Amino acid sequence: MSAISSPSSLDVARIRGEFPILQGQVHGKRLVYLDNANTTQKPKAVIDTLARYYSEYNANVHRSTYLLSERATAAFEGARSKVQALINAPASREIVFTRGCTESINLVAQSWGRTHLRPGDEVVVTWLEHHSNIVPWQLVCEQTGARLRAVRVDDLGQVDLDDYAAALKGPAKFVAVIHVSNALGTIVPVKGLIEMAHARGIPVLVDGAQAVAHVPVDVQALDCDFYAFSAHKMYGPTGVGALYGKTALLEAMPPWQGGGDMIASVSFEKTTYNTLPWKFEAGTPNIAGVVGFGAAVDWLRQFDLSAVARAERDLLDYAIARLDDVPGIRIIGRPPDRAAVVSFVMDGIHPHDVGTIVDRQGVAIRTGQHCAQPVMDRFCVPATARASFAVYNTREDVDALIGALRVARELFG
Amino acid sequence: MSDLRDLYQEVILDHNRRPRNFGPLPEATRAADGYNPLCGDRLRVAVHLDVDRIADIRFEGSGCAISKASASLMTESVKGRTLAEVDALFQGFHQMVTASPGTPPDAALGKLTVLAGVGEFPMRVKCATLAWHTLKAALHDPNAIATTE
Repeated sequence: MSAISSPSSLDVARIRGEFPILQGQVHGKRLVYLDNANTTQKPKAVIDTLARYYSEYNANVHRSTYLLSERATAAFEGARSKVQALINAPASREIVFTRGCTESINLVAQSWGRTHLRPGDEVVVTWLEHHSNIVPWQLVCEQTGARLRAVRVDDLGQVDLDDYAAALKGPAKFVAVIHVSNALGTIVPVKGLIEMAHARGIPVLVDGAQAVAHVPVDVQALDCDFYAFSAHKMYGPTGVGALYGKTALLEAMPPWQGGGDMIASVSFEKTTYNTLPWKFEAGTPNIAGVVGFGAAVDWLRQFDLSAVARAERDLLDYAIARLDDVPGIRIIGRPPDRAAVVSFVMDGIHPHDVGTIVDRQGVAIRTGQHCAQPVMDRFCVPATARASFAVYNTREDVDALIGALRVARELFG
Repeated sequence: MSDLRDLYQEVILDHNRRPRNFGPLPEATRAADGYNPLCGDRLRVAVHLDVDRIADIRFEGSGCAISKASASLMTESVKGRTLAEVDALFQGFHQMVTASPGTPPDAALGKLTVLAGVGEFPMRVKCATLAWHTLKAALHDPNAIATTE
């Protein structure tokens, strides 16, 4: 393999060395992992943290008086403070641990939505949303008689701000919007959207699944009411995520699941709920996952996220230029402000076939609808192939993708 | 690239480019829609059933080369066959694409054996069987939508 070069300020060779999976091969080829929008790989620091938890201090949290439980609880609550710091949340009680971004959104839909939505109200989303920021709202709309309104997206893949303004003037009661599009890579100008919604007293949830590992996120600067994200898309374990919510909103919301840990006292006559954030954390949580989440935050915070964003943008621009050079490739969406994701189709070759063919060259990309069927419909494609980048990707990875795509072209003629 | 050539044989690429029996079938007596949510493949299989024999069959839709070629080859191999014969073909085809690598395909499958290479690509079995599931739904439950899930 040739020496690794990256035009960024990141020491990519060192970073790559911290990811055991990147040292391996698939189909006898160097693994070129370009499916980071789906899930990122995990650095040794995170993997070791999970192993250490299970081998040294596995115990349930918040329940017992012995040493192991104390250590587990300290690590668990320590992770909460780390997540709080990552997104600059004012208080750790505003960070609720969940199974992931999807569950975070469902929590808000079921707890806030069922309490406040009335027949005729509208929940405003955009055509860029991932299914996980559509379906929870459809469910609560069915339960409450509210309606879902989807804001249009232009040909470049940007949210149509006029249509958004028009939607806010309607019976809008809540806005749920993606921060970075997982299908097109669009960075949505959420700060502006939030200001516009707040001017009308409408609270806003931001789906940050695709953002936290790729752009700096500051929930106080954004002034969002809720921010949802997953650990596994930011170098952490699967099955764990977080919801940030403003204290006043979370305090006023009813619990959405009942069980252990979310209660202060229980009798058959009356149950008093626990305080924030535990009110929303029923049952034994994914303790190892949360501790690993904390390790992933520590790992990510060694970098200046602005530098990460610049390096990944540089790599993305290189990838787009190389893709544009291959005859018969069409890139879907050209938003000027974008992060780490590029979707494309190839003339006469279905994305699914593209995926299989490049896999045999060691290149892992996502093909399909990316859980964003409305985006596919908007751009009139049944599916796309998608390359998405992380801090460990290099120009050599992009070159490998291009080479693999040429094999596909050769095979299909 | 040789294992890719096993999957994407010339016959398959040809059926992908020029699918046979492609388009609507106005005289259809049975039809069903098939959907593979994983990749967004959609197929409609329409059949003109003459008592228990497939007098005519056509398919429409979009999909990957494997699902399209498989649908095209299927229509060729089931045309004129009885329901019992179609069931036996489907069973044989399913066994072929899910068999452990190296198992020689059943010669009774005829031209369908060009899809034997799918066995090496477990993620693609659903693509190869979508048309068959859809045909089965059309023949046995005319109101059903077949999915690969």
